[in-house]
Formats: sequence, C-alpha cells, structure tokens
Amino acid sequence: MTYLYAAYIATWVIHIAYLTSLLRRYSRLRNEINELREKH
Amino acid sequence: MKRAFPILAILTAILLSYGLYQALVVAPTEQTMGDVQRIFYYHVPSAWTAGVLFFINFVASIVYLARRNSKVDALALAAAEVGVVFCTIVLVTGPIWARPVWGIWWTWDMRLTLTLVLWLIYVSYLMLRRFSTSGQTPVIAAVLAIFGTLDMPLVYFSIWFFRTQHPQPVMGGGGSIDPRMLHAFFVNLIAFTCFGLLVCWSRYRLEVLRREVEELQALESLLELRSPR
Repeated sequence: MTYLYAAYIATWVIHIAYLTSLLRRYSRLRNEINELREKH
Repeated sequence: MKRAFPILAILTAILLSYGLYQALVVAPTEQTMGDVQRIFYYHVPSAWTAGVLFFINFVASIVYLARRNSKVDALALAAAEVGVVFCTIVLVTGPIWARPVWGIWWTWDMRLTLTLVLWLIYVSYLMLRRFSTSGQTPVIAAVLAIFGTLDMPLVYFSIWFFRTQHPQPVMGGGGSIDPRMLHAFFVNLIAFTCFGLLVCWSRYRLEVLRREVEELQALESLLELRSPR
C-alpha cells in the first residue's frame, strides 16, 4: 500500500505545485496590469 | 468559454474525485500484483493526457509555421508545458509501480527510455522558449516540436517492436479485464483528459495575457523615449 499511496500523493503534489505556479504567474501579471493602469 | 470555465472546473473536480473513489475503493484488487496495481488508474490516464497535449502542441506548431499566428503559438506553448507536467507524473509513478513488481526502480528498457527521451525533448522545447531571446524562437520551437512528436508513436509501438519489460496493453492486447476495473480506468481517463485540457486552457489564457502586457509595456517605453519629461 505504501507504493500505491506514494504514487497517488506524488501525482497530486506535482499537479498542485504546477497549479500554484500558474496562480503565482497570474497574480504577478495582475500586478503588472495594475501598474500600467495606474500610470495612465 | 470564460463563463463556462468555473462550471467545467467543478465538473472535472467531481469527476476526479469519483475516479479516485473508483480506483481505490470500487475496483477489485488485482490477483498477481495486489493493491499496487491501482497505480495503473493514474499512470495510464496521465500518459494518455500527455499524449493528447503533445498532439495539440504538434498541430498548433504546424498551424503556426503555416500562418504565423501568435495565439496558435501560445496554444502550442501551453500544451507543451502542461504535457510535460503529465509526462513527469508518468515518469514518477512508473518507477514507484516498477519497484514492488519488477524489484527495480528503473531499467533502460525501450519504452521507458523513449518516454524519458520524449520528456527531455519537451523540457528542451520549454527551455528554448524560456531562455532564447531570438525573434525566430517560435519558429525554431515549432520545428523542434514537430520532430519531437515523432517520438510519440515510437513510445507507443515500442512494446511491439522491441523486447521490453513493460507490459502489453490490457485492452486490445488479447487480455481480459474485470468490468469494474475497466469502469475505474475509463472514469479516470476522462477525468484526467478534462483536467489536462482545462489546465492547458488556463495556461493558454495566461500566455495570451502575458503577451498583451508585454506589448503594452513595450509601447509604453517607446512612448516614454519619444516624449522625455
């Protein structure tokens, strides 16, 4: 069972890590858009 | 699509949860391998989804070379990136499954090696996209993606072409499978495909937005140069 859980946990850790990186990139981009808006 | 996205995301989450329940609770335990065989319900759908995404990357790369459309290039990049995530899962769950069944984490078997080569091709594609500053980068990346896709049929057919430790497919390979196992497998296959496509769509939207912001920033610095305060 250890290997089974390890595989399932690894799958979701990779997915969550990637989704977190996407969210970070989104928020960075939002900040850049807000900066552009403030300038104009 | 923007309005449908939250609904599709919720439906995919439900499907993934149902798939997990099917894989861990409903599907019967395989007689030879025991519970570890349940890795199959994540390993194979991940490989399938990676294949679908690399195929989208392949088609988008061809269309980009023909039309030079920036949005198609953004789609190619998004599909490759999400495809690499799924391919990474294949390369992680495979050895975890192999250790208790074969007694080893890894062997330089043809299918395993070609899958690693496929992963390396798309990682190099992403590195090229990330670090190259040349204006020709999308064209070079598209050509690399088209050649990279040639590895996909080799990965799939390697178990027939070469002597390999990797098992033959259960479906279509002459073997029989319990209907509950088949159900759990197809639920996860559909769930992973939907999830992969949704993440790819999000990454595509992010890339399009990033390019628009970059264009605006470039335009702004150009205007600042023209009219210094």
